[in-house]
Amino acid sequence: MMAQREDAAKKTADSKTNRLGYMALIAGWLIPGAGHLLLKRWVRGALILASISCMFVLGIMMGARLYAPNTADLLDMLGFLGDLGSGLLYLVGHGLGLGQAPVQVVTADYGAKFVVVAGLLNLIAAVDAHSIAVGRKP
Amino acid sequence: MNLALSHFTTVILFAIFASIIFGITQRSSPRAMVRYGAYCFALFLAAVVAASWVMYFIRH
Repeated sequence: MMAQREDAAKKTADSKTNRLGYMALIAGWLIPGAGHLLLKRWVRGALILASISCMFVLGIMMGARLYAPNTADLLDMLGFLGDLGSGLLYLVGHGLGLGQAPVQVVTADYGAKFVVVAGLLNLIAAVDAHSIAVGRKP
Repeated sequence: MNLALSHFTTVILFAIFASIIFGITQRSSPRAMVRYGAYCFALFLAAVVAASWVMYFIRH
């Protein structure tokens, strides 16, 4: 009887941990740093939020092109996946029509790389938040 | 809204932000995070300076 109760309690705790892990992953993807903030890692969350947001905004200010969903060229598809890593930043930016102007200056290409890398770094940060939530990382 | 930064400023900004994320995600303790972030930043800078010299000698 005691063992059954302990098993049930352990299963409930595991289920809660898993749910928190996925919440941290999705929150971290949608809003940079939100996964860490959800886990009360305030400084890490704030630094991630500031870094990813600054990278994304600087990229747009440099005249970056935001990739749209496409099935044309492999590099364009990969660019879209990278951009999508920024979560809401990309979705809102794309919705507002940012990054649609034709590229006119050489730094615009750097801007596009800033935006793609911001997305990829955000994915790394979201996975890190998941690892913390499930106890894989202290 | 066109921000015209120099190539070097652009790469420094890129290195700062990328190093912060690498430091936070690849290490566990705060001290190790700072050290690894600084290490990544130094590597970025060293790579940029080395690549710049390589391009200089190719050009001349």
